[in-house]
Amino acid sequence: MIAALRGFLLFWYGFVIGDDWTVAAAVAAGFVGTWLLLRAHLPAWWLLPLVVVVITGVSLRRSLTRG
Amino acid sequence: MVNPGAVFAPAFLASAVEAIEMAVIVIGVGAARGWRSTLLGAAGGMAVLAVVVVALGRALTVVPIGSLRLVVGGLLLVFGLQWLRKGIRRVSANGLAGYSGGVHLEDEPPPVPGRVDWTAFVLSFKGVLLEGLEVAFIAVTFGATANAFTPAIAGAVSAVVLVGAIAAASQAWVRRIPRSVLQLAVGLLLTSFGTFWGAEGLGVEWPGSDAAILGLLLLYSTMAAVYTLALRRRAQARGAEAQAQVPAMRRS
Repeated sequence: MIAALRGFLLFWYGFVIGDDWTVAAAVAAGFVGTWLLLRAHLPAWWLLPLVVVVITGVSLRRSLTRG
Repeated sequence: MVNPGAVFAPAFLASAVEAIEMAVIVIGVGAARGWRSTLLGAAGGMAVLAVVVVALGRALTVVPIGSLRLVVGGLLLVFGLQWLRKGIRRVSANGLAGYSGGVHLEDEPPPVPGRVDWTAFVLSFKGVLLEGLEVAFIAVTFGATANAFTPAIAGAVSAVVLVGAIAAASQAWVRRIPRSVLQLAVGLLLTSFGTFWGAEGLGVEWPGSDAAILGLLLLYSTMAAVYTLALRRRAQARGAEAQAQVPAMRRS
């Protein structure tokens, strides 16, 4: 039972967080930022693609420095 | 009396767009992770969809599709970004020729033969459930607006069957794509769909509606090409540096 629960949690950790937690954190921040822009009645569609482009570059750079 | 063709055609076209999105995810995940678990996930998504549609019928619009889009989009986005980054690293290292040994990277456990690959199952399940619900919404909306459910349902079902048949016929071609390129391509698709659905779930109105997915795909493909070239140039520069150091070490 505990092994099954552990496997379940590990699966979702790998699915959402993967090998770089900063990517999931940046995406979450992108969603919050988009929601805030919408609440302020400002155009919001551009924020998430921008977050994706920036965090992908940052994460690739981090993976190089980690070797 | 409403002309049935005037209800069938728009329901067919609108559903075809959603069905294409569904098929792209299933084909991409199936080719990259294996077909058994992917098709199990698709069947599971269809089964849940059938239960929801039968249970709610015309009251289907009470399903909180915005929240569903946000959750499914967010999960596809974070997972798609993992494959996208791995695909960029792999293609920058090996080029477009692919690599032997299957799609699974050393830092990604391969599916165990005979057991369900939950990654493929979940991705396929979510894609089919969300897009299937959107097709059902289209059928209910067009049917209720024109008070003609039969042609609306016929249009939606025809679109799913036709797109499904084309997707099934194309999977042999998809299998021939080099594995590293396939991982990059599926990463691009999941990231594009995830961005679109996640933001749409929050209430964002995309410029060009569903056509914005193509814009996202173009943007992310350009990004992937730029990052891949940058990584290749960096690797080549390091290789040249290492080669230049060998004669210097020999002289000393």
